[in-house]
Amino acid sequence: MSAEAILVLEDGRVFRGQSFGAEGETFGELVFNTGMSGYQETLTDPSYRGQVVLMTAPHIGNTGWNDDDAESGQIWVAGFIVRDPAPRPSNWRSTRSLDAALAEQGIVGISDIDTRALTRHIRDRGAMRVGISTTTLDEAQLLERVLSQPVMTGADLASEVSTKAGYVVEAVGEKRFTVVALDLGIKSMTPNQLAARGIEVHVLPSHASYEDIAGVEPDGVFFSNGPGDPAAADGPVAVLRDVLDAEIPFFGICFGNQLFGRALGLGTYKLKFGHRGINQPVLDRTTGRVEVTAHNHGFAVDAPLEGSVGTPYGEVTVSHVGLNDQVVEGLELRRDGDLVGFSVQYHPEAAAGPHDANYLFDRFVDVMRKDA
Amino acid sequence: MPRRTDISSILVIGSGPIVIGQACEFDYSGTQACRVLREEGYRVVLVNSNPATIMTDPDFADATYVEPITPEFVEKVIAKERPDAVLATLGGQTALNTAVALHDNGVLEKYGVELIGASVEAIQRGEDRERFKEIVLGMDYIAGGAPEVAKSQICHTMDEVIAAAEELGYPVVVRPSFTMGGVGSGFAHDERELRSIAGAGLAASPVTEVLIEESILGWKEYELEVMRDKADNVVIVCSIENFDPMGVHTGDSITVAPAMTLTDREFQRMRDIGIAVIREVGVETGGCNIQFAVNPDDGRMIVIEMNPRVSRSSALASKATGFPIAKIAAKVAVGYTLDEIPNDITGETPASFEPTLDYVIVKIPRFAFEKFPAAESTLTTHMKSVGEVMGIGRNFAEALGKALRSLEDPKAPFDFVSDPGDVDELLTEIARPHDGRLAKVMLALRAGATVEQVFEATKIDPWFLDQLMLILEVAREVQSAKDLTPALLRRAKRYGLSDQQVASLRSLSTDVVRGVRHALGIRPVYKAVDTCAAEFEALTPYLYSTFDEETEVPPRTKEAVLILGSGPNRIGQGIEFDYSCVHATMALREAGYETVMVNCNPETVSTDYDTADRLYFEPLTAEDVLEVYHAELAAGPVAGVICQLGGQTPLKLAQTLKDAGVPIVGTSPEAIDLAEERGAFGRVLERAGLTAPKHGMAHSFEEAKSIAAEIGYPVLVRPSYVLGGRGMKIVYNDESMARYIQEATEVSEDKPVLVDRFLGDAVEIDVDALYDGEELYIGGIMEHIEEAGIHSGDSACALPPITLGDAAIRQIREATLAIAEGVGVRGLINIQFALLSDRLYVLEANPRASRTVPFVSKATDTSLAKAAALLMMGRSIAQLRSEGWLDAEGDGSTMDPRGPVAVKEAVMPFNRFRTSSGAFVDTLLGPEMRSTGEVMGLSDNFGTAYAKSQAAGGGPLPTGGTLFVSIADRDKRHAIWPLRRFVDLGFKLLATRGTASVLRRNGVEVEEVTKLSERTADEQRPSITELITSGEIDLIFNTPDGGSAGESTREDGYFIRTAAVLADVPLITTVPGLAAAAQGIEAKQRGEIDVRSLQDWR
Repeated sequence: MSAEAILVLEDGRVFRGQSFGAEGETFGELVFNTGMSGYQETLTDPSYRGQVVLMTAPHIGNTGWNDDDAESGQIWVAGFIVRDPAPRPSNWRSTRSLDAALAEQGIVGISDIDTRALTRHIRDRGAMRVGISTTTLDEAQLLERVLSQPVMTGADLASEVSTKAGYVVEAVGEKRFTVVALDLGIKSMTPNQLAARGIEVHVLPSHASYEDIAGVEPDGVFFSNGPGDPAAADGPVAVLRDVLDAEIPFFGICFGNQLFGRALGLGTYKLKFGHRGINQPVLDRTTGRVEVTAHNHGFAVDAPLEGSVGTPYGEVTVSHVGLNDQVVEGLELRRDGDLVGFSVQYHPEAAAGPHDANYLFDRFVDVMRKDA
Repeated sequence: MPRRTDISSILVIGSGPIVIGQACEFDYSGTQACRVLREEGYRVVLVNSNPATIMTDPDFADATYVEPITPEFVEKVIAKERPDAVLATLGGQTALNTAVALHDNGVLEKYGVELIGASVEAIQRGEDRERFKEIVLGMDYIAGGAPEVAKSQICHTMDEVIAAAEELGYPVVVRPSFTMGGVGSGFAHDERELRSIAGAGLAASPVTEVLIEESILGWKEYELEVMRDKADNVVIVCSIENFDPMGVHTGDSITVAPAMTLTDREFQRMRDIGIAVIREVGVETGGCNIQFAVNPDDGRMIVIEMNPRVSRSSALASKATGFPIAKIAAKVAVGYTLDEIPNDITGETPASFEPTLDYVIVKIPRFAFEKFPAAESTLTTHMKSVGEVMGIGRNFAEALGKALRSLEDPKAPFDFVSDPGDVDELLTEIARPHDGRLAKVMLALRAGATVEQVFEATKIDPWFLDQLMLILEVAREVQSAKDLTPALLRRAKRYGLSDQQVASLRSLSTDVVRGVRHALGIRPVYKAVDTCAAEFEALTPYLYSTFDEETEVPPRTKEAVLILGSGPNRIGQGIEFDYSCVHATMALREAGYETVMVNCNPETVSTDYDTADRLYFEPLTAEDVLEVYHAELAAGPVAGVICQLGGQTPLKLAQTLKDAGVPIVGTSPEAIDLAEERGAFGRVLERAGLTAPKHGMAHSFEEAKSIAAEIGYPVLVRPSYVLGGRGMKIVYNDESMARYIQEATEVSEDKPVLVDRFLGDAVEIDVDALYDGEELYIGGIMEHIEEAGIHSGDSACALPPITLGDAAIRQIREATLAIAEGVGVRGLINIQFALLSDRLYVLEANPRASRTVPFVSKATDTSLAKAAALLMMGRSIAQLRSEGWLDAEGDGSTMDPRGPVAVKEAVMPFNRFRTSSGAFVDTLLGPEMRSTGEVMGLSDNFGTAYAKSQAAGGGPLPTGGTLFVSIADRDKRHAIWPLRRFVDLGFKLLATRGTASVLRRNGVEVEEVTKLSERTADEQRPSITELITSGEIDLIFNTPDGGSAGESTREDGYFIRTAAVLADVPLITTVPGLAAAAQGIEAKQRGEIDVRSLQDWR
């Protein structure tokens, strides 16, 4: 059996379990993810920067770690909580165990705790700060340190996960469009999905200016997912307003959706415990169809579900709604009745998760085509 | 979109009798469907021939037809009821095939009935393997390319079969079209095997079609449960991974949910394909099940097949996730979209989502090979299991441990203590999939085999094998630790070890382990199955135990009653007991109690979270039940625990529970024991002036021999404490007695063998009655059609008794009262009597709900189990009469002349079992029960009711043609009159020499045919077996020579009977059966047999 570990929540609740991954101490905002598959994608999703992720599925690590499925070059979670890590992975693509991958990258985790009890705690009381330690087994000491950590509200984290320099993902097949993708914590599946549709994707760092973007002469602009509080991302919001002023077609995912909302004058707010999973039903109000989607968001856009809101850039309406709790899951901007920009709060690129919302990438292509 | 208003009445087709491959999961789905459709305001018409189902309770439909599910009878129902629509996707393959037949013969069109759920086109696209493959291969728009299918060829003749196999290369898989549960399918490694398997497959397929396919033996096997609505929203309800790799029918495999060894990439591709399949096949609304195989070496994924209907796996998936597939399927069938349907469990979220699990499900099949000793026990693509259990745990090890102990097979839970044996031998043994392989895999690991070696032998995924290794490591820690510390004990429980296993590892008694555990406060907590991994609050207390920190048992103020279910279905204990348990929850809920169901069978209505107020999905062992009781006692007051309704399973626990302070209500454990214990029961009979057949109890062959000498052969022998006549046999002489004692391995000082006088020609009578300590209420008196010697569960019977006079009924009533009083019954009692020369013998008494309770309840329109539950809680029969639970006056022994005659017929699984040489096992009925299910025929006369029961049971009586007769000497005299009647009815008689000469001497016209054993080399005429298999014979009457004489007759009889099974020719093996058949045929010849609903009989 491995070393002991403890977990302390900011409200003082303590769980004792075993060390998993690297030994040491870590802090962050505790969130739970209900996906039964895709832990490798989850761990490498930059949106989890600053968060300690609990997997509600008990067996994690069964398929080990492979060379293909990571969504970025590193594991971003601040810590990892599982109930039953696999002692031995089994999958033909696995190159090493999850435990080894976590340890290699210094990710501190804890296993063998009542993850369901912890999930229910967060569900009832809301997201909160947490500390995991294998070095300090003293509850009071750890609690003190948990309480000294920054909170997620107001945190500007996108710049911490963004690429430092721009790069280009070539279009697959014939190049049809050029898109600038602002990396606020982009997952590699997103440029892949765009590229598969004949788009040359210029990925720019989160601090890129409007001029940087305009210099590429893009057919469309994309704002990615990413960590942190959208209310703190004033820079990218200002850039996005310039993009909309220039009437460049826009598509945003997750954090990109929140920034789109802000650019259009809407507010954002923090959800009690967020949506993190790959089974979330979302209604596409433009088609009446329900799609099962991948979610990872702790904040949401505050917009009226019915009717539209006038903005300097056109009329904005809520295009997608989460059916579990009626949260705004997508926005649509129309100018003179034509769709010119849209965004969703969830993850059409999936990875991990279902491919139901894949059509949104096609929708982006359609908007750019009409604009051309 | 709201529900459809253009239809107002819907015909729901059920699945008929319980057979292997189609069991009570379809009662679960059908019951849900009926309930939903009625709630939605539709008029529901139901056809189902199975009286032991909840769905055929008259309260669940507006018109309930307990009639044969054949195109002929269903057409009559349609003609009478004129429904607007038919829903056939919830009644298994039987319902689906019937619906297709009604489409093909124009009935649906004629009456303007719409098939809802899946159209005939969709059914055919899904079921016709060749078309299905084309559809799959055409789905090239799926990201990552079109899915693959196994390479194969469709064949209609043996020549085509052989050619196909040569092209694909052996081994090949044979899959007949349009059969259920994989009937007639199998693996052929060479041409000889191929001829045998494909021959049967061609015969079993209604369209004489088989598929010959490349072997994907040893690949990983998966299933997806998919749901679609008419707005084309599709969700995956559940993924299931088979522990046993490809090659074992999924019904016979250990299966796990959710899938354990797929990455998200692989799972999402499977999901994409699953969604494309349901769309392309065109299942417009409802559920379907799609199977996949994955090559463990490179991930190559193959689509195997789909069921365009709710299936056995759907029931499992519903229980595994809390997503009620059948209920939702019924709602989407009438026009709702998934987002309009609320998720019952959370109350606030819609059904248009995909359940996510924070626990693990393990399903393990239960087999009945002990009932068919001649049957080959290798598991193949042809399903053989008769039931299943499901274990829920927070990890695989815990779920597996719970499932293994749920099986109620003492050999099932892992044995960590005895000598494991030789590793090489074990590795050879586990290469062959068979019942009990898992236990041997553990032994192999104990004997030193590595995960790699076991994987090589079995192809079971290394992740699962490593989990077994983990369990073994924990067991070894428990065994070798100096002290059993609290941490170690907790760890043992966390990995699913029972108190009993810990006890055996530490050489302690189970009680000591339990005592220590309780003293240390190491008790399970209960978590909810909530569809959402705790993301939302669960409103329905559907709970399972685990060794974690926090419990979710809600407190309550109402008094609770715990009802212990009947565990896995097996021969002798199946749906009938679940029926009684469900009725108890209904009655007790109505009476104001909070009902708590404890059961581990995922197929049942009792384990629907809608049935009881609280559901504990738990093994039915003393340890698990005591913990549930403890948890419920902590939640609020407990009025009592009911052990009397779930068959032998809870009954066995009654004394232990009582000793631990659990309030057992109803008949006391001591009284139960009194009825089971021969000596004490004998004294009860003696006091009441009743007679039992002469008997004795033997602990050795010598004793048995002297008892038999005193009683006189033939005698009936059986082990004590059995259900379903397990191990029961009629023995004719010392020699076979010696063989019996030798083979009955469990005979010992404390496990004696009972030796009874065998009452050869007696009429057997079954009585179900209620007793409250003062008044007796006879539920029903059933007269068996077959004479004594055939297990009551396998025997057809009639209610009301068709030949008993008032004096006999009075005698039965008095005897029943005396026994109920003498034993001390509070609730139900079942007594079997034999009437011989006007003398009544008491064969046995069981102070519990019997197998016949649902049949009696349906035939008499009185719920005995509901009444019993209320009696157990202290009501009196007088009260129940005044409250309307029971008839105000009279009871089941006072017959209403306007009431129906009900005939119950047993359904046998013989076509499922073959010997190692590929022949069918013998079909002879005997004192050991082997039927899997039952049907009921209802009419105003016995003949018609009997004819209906035969049609419903799958062996419809012919109205003319050739009757082949071959009978034992002792039966010849009694058979002459009925046979003469057959000649009068227009049958041509064919008989073997001895039989023919007796018949001729009695002036019965008959043609002679040679037996196999009499044939000479130059014989030109076809043998009788050839005549049978070539379809020349319409009905067979063959009675076995019971004695030791005439071994060759026995052989001939065997060939005749197995040929009958192969050719599906109705076979009668007793004289009373022949007479009943004559009456049935007469009724059919008289003309139109009509249908009548239970409501109409009221």
